[in-house]
Amino acid sequence: MAGTRRKTHGMRQIAKKSILLALLLVLTAALSGCGGDGRGDDEAGDTTTTETSAGGEGLSGRIQADGSSTVGPFTTAAAERFREVEPDVQVTVGVSGTGGGFERFCRGETDLSNASRPIKDEEAAICKDAGIEYVEFQVANDALTVVVNKDNDWVDCLTVEQLKMIWEPASKVKSWQDVDPKFPDEKLALFGAGTDSGTFDYFTDEINGEEGASRSDYSASEDDNNTVTGVSGEKGGLGYFGFSYFEENQDTLKALEIDGGDGCVAPSVENAQNGTYTPLSRPLFIYAKKKSFSRPEVAAFVEYALNNETEIAEAAQYVPLTDEQLEKATTDFEAAVEEAG
Amino acid sequence: MSRSLKGGLFRLALLFSLGVGFLMLGTLLVDVFKDGLPYLDKTLLTNPPSVDPEIAGARPAIIATLYLGGLLLLFTVPIGVFTAIYLEEYADKTRWYNRLLEINIQNLAAVPSIVYGILGLAFLVRGLGLGRVLLAGAMILTLLVLPTVIIASREALRAVPDSIRQGAYALGATQWQVVSRQVLPAAIPGIATGSILSLSRAIGETAPLIMIGAVTYIAFDPTILGPFTALPIQIYQYVRLPQDEFKLLAAACIILLLGILLTLNAFAIWIRNRYRRTW
Amino acid sequence: MDATAGAGPRLRARRRRYGEDVVKGVLAVCALISVATTVGIVIALFVPAYEFFQDISIVDFLTGTDWSPLFEPAHFGVLQLVAGTLLVTAVAALVALPLGLGSAIFLSEYASDRVRGFLKPALEILAGIPTIVFGYFALTFVTPLLRDIGIQVDIFNTLSAGLVMGVYLIPTVASLSEDAMGAVPRDLRDGAYALGSTKVQVATRIVVPAAVSGIVASFVLGISRAIGETMIVLIAMGQQPNLTVDPREAAEAMTAFIAATGAGDVPTGSLEYKTIFAVGATLFLMTFVMNIVAIRLVRKYREVYE
Repeated sequence: MAGTRRKTHGMRQIAKKSILLALLLVLTAALSGCGGDGRGDDEAGDTTTTETSAGGEGLSGRIQADGSSTVGPFTTAAAERFREVEPDVQVTVGVSGTGGGFERFCRGETDLSNASRPIKDEEAAICKDAGIEYVEFQVANDALTVVVNKDNDWVDCLTVEQLKMIWEPASKVKSWQDVDPKFPDEKLALFGAGTDSGTFDYFTDEINGEEGASRSDYSASEDDNNTVTGVSGEKGGLGYFGFSYFEENQDTLKALEIDGGDGCVAPSVENAQNGTYTPLSRPLFIYAKKKSFSRPEVAAFVEYALNNETEIAEAAQYVPLTDEQLEKATTDFEAAVEEAG
Repeated sequence: MSRSLKGGLFRLALLFSLGVGFLMLGTLLVDVFKDGLPYLDKTLLTNPPSVDPEIAGARPAIIATLYLGGLLLLFTVPIGVFTAIYLEEYADKTRWYNRLLEINIQNLAAVPSIVYGILGLAFLVRGLGLGRVLLAGAMILTLLVLPTVIIASREALRAVPDSIRQGAYALGATQWQVVSRQVLPAAIPGIATGSILSLSRAIGETAPLIMIGAVTYIAFDPTILGPFTALPIQIYQYVRLPQDEFKLLAAACIILLLGILLTLNAFAIWIRNRYRRTW
Repeated sequence: MDATAGAGPRLRARRRRYGEDVVKGVLAVCALISVATTVGIVIALFVPAYEFFQDISIVDFLTGTDWSPLFEPAHFGVLQLVAGTLLVTAVAALVALPLGLGSAIFLSEYASDRVRGFLKPALEILAGIPTIVFGYFALTFVTPLLRDIGIQVDIFNTLSAGLVMGVYLIPTVASLSEDAMGAVPRDLRDGAYALGSTKVQVATRIVVPAAVSGIVASFVLGISRAIGETMIVLIAMGQQPNLTVDPREAAEAMTAFIAATGAGDVPTGSLEYKTIFAVGATLFLMTFVMNIVAIRLVRKYREVYE
């Protein structure tokens, strides 16, 4: 019987070890949360107002942002810098697309909504019905850039008409030669924004004349990185997205000049700010829930983003605001904070 | 063709079959290590993700994966083992509802993981209003691997010879006493092995977590009721970024993930070998 | 089992052991969780799918060849997605089925115990690698490799995804086939050898036919897993619905569509949201049917020999 007893003892050890393993995993996770950041694990993590540390050295709380993948990197860059100033404020940034972001925003799920186009009337109505009041801030400019593969040596400039021919709903253009008989017969591989994207809305509105009108047989994604990968991988690739994505990937992509009727204009910071890059320059926004401003961490974050806007924009490779635009945004912000009290 | 030539060629073809799989496995590992090893450093473990690949890390993802693993063990082992006990020791196998239960479990084991993601999205995130939190992720992964834990536990219970049970009954034990004091202890190595293997499968799952909405950018350490991301999701995010450095970071995260999985699997196999008993 | 508890002469007073009933209750509740999961899946998929089909005709859905649900004008023909899934599955099957079967035959008939003891864990390692890793491999290694050897593939394409998925499925096919072949009794083989057969003949004419239901089960299971696989196709295959048989082009699989749409935040209740469930229900039905077939076949070979 001694043998049996020893084995039973072993079984209990196994059971103990397994439970220990499980608890150990959870404990490791919990403990690694402390130390390093000094952030407690008792944050409930919901989107309701959280208390700030009483008389403490810094602000704390959670800010939820979602929306455009064009504006997302800007908000993310702002959040990273803000973390150095206020390490206890947790900012999450989703990229569901401008439309998707507004849907969450008007359900009250987020504090900030990133948008690469102004809020639509229908969306504003939904917010109104839900009792969500908001403020609109322009945080950067954008030169919506049309890109081709680095090895594309046959085109430097496209007219708006040519773009329309490529992208309109019933378009049958399959090869570069269909665009211009002087171009080689290279397969046209199209990549672009998905339908939840503000970039999509803006591009289709300006180029095809109607928001949402577009051919559907292209590789569509809310994530503009997908477009970068696609165009840089196909010799005949063509895609469109916000200027910062081009700036980030200049070594694998070529930006086309756009002829909006007055000659070919290249996308650049100056051309976006002085208005010559038409029709594809556009403002980028962050919408903030007015009620969220009563939380000091939200106000602090937006204030930080506006005060350091030029720096953040340049670091994230966006087109910064002009002085007047920045002034307007700051005034609007101060008014909103006053209101929220 | 002579018999031995035919035999030799056939054998060669079979070895080729095995070879291709292992060749690709080898290539994959070499490729991943070559790319990722330079980036496998302290920064990866301690820093949160960033737009700057020089300082980007995977800390929140690693912590979340550890949390998920722990929660998974705590959830799946009791439920899985109890279900297996019910099916093996208590259920009358001739009853239609018990047969249905068995078929049900076998089916669930083969349902694609993304369907579990849809389930989680519909019920946990939207329906119950839990939101996109770590706990929801743990619950969905639990449901995903529960069938395999049940099946493995049943095998372990079945392997215990009936004579053990009968002997205990003969001494006057109740059913639960037989199960809890004789059968279960004997089956624990098999159960432990099965559970840990299922756990390692769950840790590598990405699709259900995508559906539950593991967010893009979180720079803080996750909590059970908060937004989260996990190591496989972090890999997915880094892979999609076009800059090459991020692909290398993804490779480093993959090494980390494979390391965790290898440790778990080795532990499971060690248990199986060490505590294997012959009846 | 119920009858044996308390079997034997009733030596004590009739005192019901409520503890036993409680235990049984707890166990049954645990078992019900798996039932609840299935019910949950069915409700989660089919209720919104039903609502979807109130707006979109199911005939259009199943026969239409244009899947552009989010565009103006929207089209809801799922065939493009189904075609994408089937094409990548076909490529994967071409890899996994022969190679898996070959591996299984080797393991079962040719390998010594020592070799098997080393190969089986190796296969288990292959089986344990998460699909996200395979997806990464397909995009960053296989696609450039294919281009280097002269195959003109798009940056996202079905061929890379299919090849990698095939390798991923080899352990599935191999282990189930090997189980089936292992269940074939020694006597059958010994008899054939006694009659002077070669190993090749024994393997191909005796064992494989005898184990055929298990082998077919492994094939069906492999195909079912290919249909349901998400990460490899999401990363490497593309997000452009495409009705084609050319695997060098980009296409979109059903699972990739579900993941991409589910990840973005679509409003609950919108038609867009419901497409997730309509496609999900279609996917579920396809894999469900295959799984039932596979389970039946496995049961059949187990019955015959055990």
